[in-house]
Amino acid sequence: MVNTGTIIYEPGSSAKNKTGSWRVFKPVLDQDKCVKCENCYIFCPEGCIQEKDGKFEIDYDYCKGCLICEKECPVKAIKAEREEK
Amino acid sequence: MCEVKVITGTSAAAEAAKLADVDVIAAYPITPQTTCVEKLADFVANGELNAEYIKVESEHSAMSASIGASAAGARAFTATSSQGLALMHEVLFAAAGMRVPVVMMNANRALSAPINIWNDQQDSLSQRDTGWIQLYAEDNQEVLDLVIQAFKIAEDEKVLLPVMVNLDGFILTHTVEPVTLPKQENVLDFIGTYEPKHAYLDPKKPMTQGALGDPNYYMETRYAIETAMENAKKVIADVHDAFAEKFNRAYGNGLIESYNLEKAENVIVAMGSICGTIKDMIDLKKKEGVEIGLLKIRCYRPLPIEMIKDALKNAKNVAILDKSISLGMNKGAIYADVASHLKDKKTVNYIVGLGGRDITPEDILGIYDDVEISEDGKTNWIGLKEE
Repeated sequence: MVNTGTIIYEPGSSAKNKTGSWRVFKPVLDQDKCVKCENCYIFCPEGCIQEKDGKFEIDYDYCKGCLICEKECPVKAIKAEREEK
Repeated sequence: MCEVKVITGTSAAAEAAKLADVDVIAAYPITPQTTCVEKLADFVANGELNAEYIKVESEHSAMSASIGASAAGARAFTATSSQGLALMHEVLFAAAGMRVPVVMMNANRALSAPINIWNDQQDSLSQRDTGWIQLYAEDNQEVLDLVIQAFKIAEDEKVLLPVMVNLDGFILTHTVEPVTLPKQENVLDFIGTYEPKHAYLDPKKPMTQGALGDPNYYMETRYAIETAMENAKKVIADVHDAFAEKFNRAYGNGLIESYNLEKAENVIVAMGSICGTIKDMIDLKKKEGVEIGLLKIRCYRPLPIEMIKDALKNAKNVAILDKSISLGMNKGAIYADVASHLKDKKTVNYIVGLGGRDITPEDILGIYDDVEISEDGKTNWIGLKEE
């Protein structure tokens, strides 16, 4: 399972480790309230928020639930919800 | 064909590193290790040794640079002592976890406060859980032989762990003894060249070493080190036997050395240079018809506990000498490790020689007398001045 010396031979393989399971609270974006200011996209420290077809989407495979996006959203379009396990 | 030189323990370690043709030496001076890295600096400056000598700003950096060098495929060597080893503590775990076969000489010395440059074994014993193989020398010849063997042990594919060769500060580091130096071609023939298969930093084939290991991976890395430690027991014995065959010098079975254990009921378990004094006392008593014995631990990590139990099978009273103390338990680490496996024998712990306090031949004979009458599980501090 682990290489000797925990060596990683393949560049970019960290994408295989989905870190979304670390989350306790989940940011949920209300698309109707969103004014597309890009603040959440700019402030996300993990690069989990991407623009797709004029809408912003959160990638829950990697979002660790820091909720910086919720704090930064000027129109309160992002709400924290407890993660259902 | 061999050369005999009258040299100190640190010189013996430096000569061994030279004989092993190390590629990188990263070092910071600290008493009583300094003369080792000075000697290596001379070798490099004089062109006797073709190696990269990295002068670093601390022991933390010395170990970090050694890990980097080893990861890049170089045979790396460093040396330290006491506070320097303590400063390396954090990086010692990285060396073991990254499975880099660095070899390090450690001059055993007490830890502050108060500042004390003299010998005990608190520094290396405090590093017992870092994943380093720990070997202990009795005399300067054994220092040279252990450093040579250390490279072969560390670089074995079944092991791939860093090795620390310990010698008692001043008692060995600054005492001159005749040491037989083998020919370099024979040493290199014995240890071979280091060709890393698991880790070799190469820009054309990028890899990451020491990256984040989340809870899904970390436990397996610790188990892998434990497995390598278990493998090391056989490798250490095999390397010792091959060395004995080639260079005609043997030390017990490589992991432990028994001295007059067959008939003796009163036995001392000890590590390092003190074993020389104990052997002399055993010989002295033998002439008087009294049989006392010694079990010398040469390899403290991995601890060959089954061999120790077997070697002590005829013993009744076991005195375990510790040149260190686990404060708050009033026991030394060797006692804690060994006595817990000797339930059917009387074991007594003797705390000796802390911070360079002399251990005299009379002290040793006193311990043999005391272990017979002392109560099981007791701890006695030898030579303590009490008010």
